[in-house]
Amino acid sequence: MNKPLQSLNFADTFVDRHVGPRLEDIESMLEKVGYASFDELIEDALPASIRYYQPLNLGKPQTESEMLADLRQIAAQNQVSRSFIGMGYYNCITPPVIQRNILENPGWYTAYTPYQAEIAQGRLEALLNFQTMIIDLTGLPIANASLLDESTAAAEAMGMCLAASKRGASKTFFVSEACHPQTIGVLKTRAEPLGIELVIGDHRTAVFDTPLLGALVQYPASDGPVYDYTDFAGKVHDAGGLLVVAADLLSLTLLKSPSEFDADIAVGSTQRFGVPIGYGGPHAAFLSTREEFKRRMPGRIAGLSQDVEGQPAIRLALQTREQHIRREQATSNICTAQVLLAVVAGMYAVYHGPDGLRRIAERVHLLTGVLREGLTRLGYALDDSCYFDTFSVDLNLLKDSSYLRNIEANQQPGSAPTPEDLFAIADKHRINFRVFDHSRVGISLDETTTIEEVRDLLDIFALGSPLPFAVEGLAIQAESEISEPLQRKSAYLTHPVFNTYHSETEMLRYIRKLQEKDLSLTTSMIPLGSCTMKLNATAEMIAVTWPEFSQPHPFAPLEQTRGYQILFEQLEAWLGELTGFPGISLQPNAGSQGEYAGLLVIRKYHQFYGDKHRDVCLIPRSAHGTNPASAVMVGMRVVVVDCDEEGNVDLLDLRAKAEQHSHELAAAMVTYPSTHGVFEEKIREICEIVHQHGGQVYMDGANMNAMVGICRPGDFGPDVCHLNLHKTFCIPHGGGGPGMGPIGVKAHLVPFLPTHPVVPVGGKDGIGPVSAAPWGSPSILPISWAYISMMGAMGLKHATEIAILNANYIAKRLEPYYSVLYKGSKNLVAHECIIDLRDFKKTASIGAGDVAKRLMDYGFHAPTVSFPVMETMMIEPTESESKAEIDRFCEAMISIRKEIAEIEEGQADQSDNVITNAPHTAVQVTQTEWVHGYSREKAAFPAPWVRERKYWPPVARINEVQGDRNLICACPPIDSY
Amino acid sequence: MFPADLKYMESHEWARREGDIVDVGVSDYAQAEIQDVVYVELPEVGTILEQHKAFGVIESVKAAFDLNAPVSGEVIEINEELEDAPELVNEAPYDAGWMIKIRMSDSDELEALMSAREYQVMIETEENE
Repeated sequence: MNKPLQSLNFADTFVDRHVGPRLEDIESMLEKVGYASFDELIEDALPASIRYYQPLNLGKPQTESEMLADLRQIAAQNQVSRSFIGMGYYNCITPPVIQRNILENPGWYTAYTPYQAEIAQGRLEALLNFQTMIIDLTGLPIANASLLDESTAAAEAMGMCLAASKRGASKTFFVSEACHPQTIGVLKTRAEPLGIELVIGDHRTAVFDTPLLGALVQYPASDGPVYDYTDFAGKVHDAGGLLVVAADLLSLTLLKSPSEFDADIAVGSTQRFGVPIGYGGPHAAFLSTREEFKRRMPGRIAGLSQDVEGQPAIRLALQTREQHIRREQATSNICTAQVLLAVVAGMYAVYHGPDGLRRIAERVHLLTGVLREGLTRLGYALDDSCYFDTFSVDLNLLKDSSYLRNIEANQQPGSAPTPEDLFAIADKHRINFRVFDHSRVGISLDETTTIEEVRDLLDIFALGSPLPFAVEGLAIQAESEISEPLQRKSAYLTHPVFNTYHSETEMLRYIRKLQEKDLSLTTSMIPLGSCTMKLNATAEMIAVTWPEFSQPHPFAPLEQTRGYQILFEQLEAWLGELTGFPGISLQPNAGSQGEYAGLLVIRKYHQFYGDKHRDVCLIPRSAHGTNPASAVMVGMRVVVVDCDEEGNVDLLDLRAKAEQHSHELAAAMVTYPSTHGVFEEKIREICEIVHQHGGQVYMDGANMNAMVGICRPGDFGPDVCHLNLHKTFCIPHGGGGPGMGPIGVKAHLVPFLPTHPVVPVGGKDGIGPVSAAPWGSPSILPISWAYISMMGAMGLKHATEIAILNANYIAKRLEPYYSVLYKGSKNLVAHECIIDLRDFKKTASIGAGDVAKRLMDYGFHAPTVSFPVMETMMIEPTESESKAEIDRFCEAMISIRKEIAEIEEGQADQSDNVITNAPHTAVQVTQTEWVHGYSREKAAFPAPWVRERKYWPPVARINEVQGDRNLICACPPIDSY
Repeated sequence: MFPADLKYMESHEWARREGDIVDVGVSDYAQAEIQDVVYVELPEVGTILEQHKAFGVIESVKAAFDLNAPVSGEVIEINEELEDAPELVNEAPYDAGWMIKIRMSDSDELEALMSAREYQVMIETEENE
């Protein structure tokens, strides 16, 4: 193209903004690694047998403004309606101060899961507030820091009932038919492989003459009535089961708490506490339970402890329950949850306080009463159960149809209107409500409902005729009392944190105070191996809160969400193209859920073709803990395959075990490149062995960042893989969620992709739903769509090349100081490198964990510590880090090596040195008395560049043991500080 | 180095015989390796155990290990102190840190376990590897 025309192109191309190293840096970095070009580097880094040499077919890369213009056109095809559908999803008002300063703020959304707790006190406090809110409202004393959605939380609760039951006890679990249909769907999917018999029925007439694992009820019920479950709880307990209550959080400000009618576990969604509906997600779900079940609870828990100075400090407690430690015996496979959204929901409670929340609930309840009064006056007969915000209308039940009989719009004067009659008027108002069947509809009101909307709803039910009354006047007659036995009498949210920050200025400063305690990608590089902490670009994030993406209800009619359908189609096509898998499901909303869904698809495939006895899953010893945890959840038996010293699958052992279990082999799980960051040469052979013995190969796609554009899993053997969109495809890590874990499958598995009971998706013989919403967490999919759209095929390939270059550059720079393990055949690593710290225990009494704490003094988050091998660090820079930042990190690591040498050589004391005492806080370093054998300057400013921008850890090293021996997962009383 | 009156398992549990009852715990080597114990999960009284199969779990902050039964039999008592004071395992692994008492169903099974000397040799061999 000639120059004048070229200068007409927009200048805001994206690739250069996404990748860190500049052209001149790339040359010198390639030189350091010993290569003249990327082509040569990639040739040597990957086995030739798996290379994909075509350019990906992804369309022309868009500049940032072109992409946003495209996305606006797609968004415009979503209709922003008023949805009164309910079913677990309610519009709400996100306080602007929370939207701008948390949801739209990279200081919050680019943070990692708080495993390095000293540098995560801000979000840990926000999570402690969240847990306290749940504990108070549900009345149950132990709560976790979020689960993925209400339906999977209910499934996890069912799993807890199973774990708590005695061996040999029954495996029957009762589910009220008044639960949300998507929850019933997810429970069915979860129960079947575990041999749990689900009995779905009416709790009012249920009789339990055989032992029970437990029961699930909805409170209020999905169609509205608030039942008193006290007697039912007694029946469940008498049958030996536990009672699980799926509760609406806002209703709990007015209704008796689940603990007060003897619930054992409470679950639900916190979406209506300020989190946009987002066409189904992401939202944080909650789970709370009794003290005796705390060790069986899934998910992460924020717990209070102390640092070495005796100051209160928060950390992730009881980690030994989780998959990264317990593997197939973990309480659940959950890893990434919904932390960012839990922070938003907790802050909503902080901002409104107990009185504000009660006022919101009372207003919703009053408006519901007004609507009911109006419908009654129009002649509809409503059932008189206690209600909160939801009720149903049986159109055939007319108390007095004289009004309706006389109106012209009634198709058949003298008879009842049908739902279609109502739709004709509702469409004009852009209103949606729930339809049960040909004569019954449902309405749920919410925080955003106005009296005008109530009038519009009455218009609809009056079939457009003038109302014979004034709507405002109805408020006086509206029955708004919750019936006495169900009324909330106990206090909640009494802690000062919920009663202090009610002006916007106070709230802003509180949010900022917490944010400033935390290290995020806005501070420095976060080189966590396998986490792929790359740029979450603003242009990618902007559309998430556009109303067209954030407002639609997940069960709104599909013709109103054409925009989303287009987005899904394009994203599925692109993900299919770059993985080489023709079938994609966007339903799983975390990598762990992708594994679970993929294994279920494999299981269904075997069953479909008559192989009902295949239940063995081969998993390498080096696999991420979610792998065996997921296999157990789908009822498979885990057989561990040995790895060689390089962390590669031991082919002899694989062959032997595949042969041994040939008749029962369901699947094998592989990670590629391996968890050790190596492109195993033998991957095709591994897949062939498994296929020979009738098994399917599942590939964990966590390390996809080393492959995009240069090889495709669908080409070299695997049958299904998951992708972590919150790693490779730029969805921000959020402090521990949201995530998305879509799966890609080969053609023969497409018929078995997950379905959904409310919206038609998935394969024709598909497994049931694995998430509450049909497309997982759709409102964050524009992020990955935007990334792929702006990078295009060449940009994505370039990103992969730089990711591999950056990792090899670090390996080369650190080699003289630390042993770099697990290199490929050409002495190269993939997108991450592992350094060995094992000797330092003996030579200097220093462990990898100590080095992680010392890195905080240099202003860095540590790499992955002790995974996949104990006492190592796994470093993944990603393509987004510049040479300058990478050099700073290397300098920090080299400087620490020198600090270790000082201990080894006796110049520094083994029990009192800069590393064992790390991290150093500002308070420690400015104390009047200084008793250490090194200077304050060396403690806090160990390198000259640290002076330019100092990140101060807010607490010193945290006492982990104390926090696990004494679990405190709620905000302590203020006088304990 | 290790109490001579006890028998030991490869997985570091010890067994002390008192008539037809066996007390069980973990060795000093084990508690030093695990470091600070934060929780010990024990079976319910009355549970029937099988030799070498797991009867519980011992946890530190960073790791969890199965506890294996040195003999088959019925659990007749568990150490309730460990609920609030798991650190007893670190402080007194052979005394106050005891875990369960089993009524043996087959006393011959004890012969299969290691003596203190054999256990010592095993530890030393492992450390030299």
